[in-house]
Amino acid sequence: MKKNKKNEVAKSKKFNRRDLIIGASSIGAISLASKNVLSEEANPENLPPNLPEWTQYLGDGVDINPYGMPSEFEGHVIRRNVEWLTASAESSVNFTPLQDLEGIVTPNGLCFERHHGGVAVINPQDFRLMINGLVDREMIFTLDDLKRFPQTNKFYFLECAANGGMEWRGSQLNGCQYTFGMVHNVQYTGVKLSDLILETGLKEKAKWVLAEGSDSSGMTRSIPIEKILDDCIIAWAMNGEALRPEQGYPARLVVPGWEGNMWVKWIRRLEFGDKPYLTREETSKYTDLLTNGKARMFTWVMDAKSVITSPSPEKPILSKGLHQLRGLAWSGRGKIKRVDVSIDGGKNWKTAQLHSPVLSKSLTRFTLPFEWNGEELLLQSRAIDETNYVQPTIDELQKIRGVNSIYHNNSIATWLVSKNGKVDNVRLG
Amino acid sequence: MERLTMSGLVKFILSFSLIIFFANTTIASDRKFNLGQIATIEEVAGWDIDVRPDGLGAPIGSGTAFSGEEIYAEVCAACHGDFGEGADRWPPLAGGEGTLASHDPEKTSTSYWPYASTIFDYIYRAMPYGEAQSLSYDETYEIVAYILYMGDIIEEDFVLSDKNIGQIEMPNRDGFILPDPRPDIMNTHGDPCMSNCKVSTKIIGKARDIDVTPEDE
Repeated sequence: MKKNKKNEVAKSKKFNRRDLIIGASSIGAISLASKNVLSEEANPENLPPNLPEWTQYLGDGVDINPYGMPSEFEGHVIRRNVEWLTASAESSVNFTPLQDLEGIVTPNGLCFERHHGGVAVINPQDFRLMINGLVDREMIFTLDDLKRFPQTNKFYFLECAANGGMEWRGSQLNGCQYTFGMVHNVQYTGVKLSDLILETGLKEKAKWVLAEGSDSSGMTRSIPIEKILDDCIIAWAMNGEALRPEQGYPARLVVPGWEGNMWVKWIRRLEFGDKPYLTREETSKYTDLLTNGKARMFTWVMDAKSVITSPSPEKPILSKGLHQLRGLAWSGRGKIKRVDVSIDGGKNWKTAQLHSPVLSKSLTRFTLPFEWNGEELLLQSRAIDETNYVQPTIDELQKIRGVNSIYHNNSIATWLVSKNGKVDNVRLG
Repeated sequence: MERLTMSGLVKFILSFSLIIFFANTTIASDRKFNLGQIATIEEVAGWDIDVRPDGLGAPIGSGTAFSGEEIYAEVCAACHGDFGEGADRWPPLAGGEGTLASHDPEKTSTSYWPYASTIFDYIYRAMPYGEAQSLSYDETYEIVAYILYMGDIIEEDFVLSDKNIGQIEMPNRDGFILPDPRPDIMNTHGDPCMSNCKVSTKIIGKARDIDVTPEDE
């Protein structure tokens, strides 16, 4: 009901400011596609020496928005999908609007979604996590049980292995969001699997874990026991609140630094076994086909990567003079050590400033001030992680992997800044 | 339990009382936190549906491609085509043999998937799309047999079952490389070129020209 009303308001193209406020507050939620509003010039009546209306009249009270929403003027900051990519929206993906975000935390409502059978709706009372197979005791835990274990709180990035997958053969999608947006970074609260296992015991032969989701795709992945014992978590909260339904409410698996597909959402079962299970998602999908027809299997780690979020195709340069180039870098192998930025297509590089906190397997923010005087630029960023791995060029990747890998494209992207300030995703060669 | 020394006995009593103090419910054996319930055999059986390449976990049942044609036409063909050729953006299930090293590889369940068990596991747990776990075991074997038959892997009258699903030889069984060779690019070891680097800065493609980027309405 609310949704329909909201759409009606959003559809009416010509609304004045007062209508907008009334319409929005009457439905108790304000999230409108405000692109038009944003692109308008400032209203001189609101500028000095005049008195704007918000300075004179009362605004909303504390009873209007029990769960707060972003400003109506931020309505363009949304997840977006590419309709032609998939056959059905229930088995599809959308993208995080990285170009509009600051710092390293992704707001929960903007974390990209990837489902294989739609969003499962689970009453937490009906949640059960089963642990079976090569354990001393096959057990079942409720959500309340999980919350009584010692707690861990950690920031981790989650990146889909197919992030940038459309760009293997050339620049295809003209946006930071569409080419890099299958990544998000939140603080997880949960229980370490190494603690859960203390409760079930582990048989000596247990070498692999099958993680299984309870959604209608029954998502399953095999994970080696070393990783499970190292840093995997069953999480029930993100950024301080319960997991969002689309992120696996009420509980999901967290596999730090490894490809997002393994972070099974709506988790229902962990089975310990002596061999991998070779499920659909680790054979048919998430294997990297090379030019000789052979494919790499079990390519779990997400290698170091970075992206300039502004300027970017969605964030043109609007004026000459000083600007702050902004970007994000991350590595599944540890901390980001350094990020270099080039404005001439990779001929010359300058080291950007990293902003704290710089955390292991987490997004890291970088900035670099620059002067723009209307000249053409070829912007690139390259991340170096603490293992001294340097983010490669697409040429370097293609030489080894060809163009049919789909997954694990962590190459350096190029944004062309034209003389009019517009920015394009381009391929150099 | 090994024989208790005097100090061992003290430790035992101490830890015993600590467990009572913290858990305050039943006396834990070697469970550290005493949380959760022991799962019954029935509970595990209801959820433990995975089938491994060696056939472990395959439920008792069987089916042939001959008997599977009908159920395939009924619940699969609308999306995957009468002959497993796919429809719209729904994936093909068969065909594509010999294409994996080409410019346009067709990765189908018969050309690419290394194990027949995976086809069974996936269909039983996730198909038909939107009606997961609605097929019987026999129906699932029938559909898997029909797909393998379309891919010329088994004969039409071959009886696929829990006994032999772990032994079906898939064409691309040896098509996979392990372990992961990455990091596969370590040219500069953390010390890349910083100035006057020899790179091509010629623009050879623009996403704008491809024109497939969605636009905000």
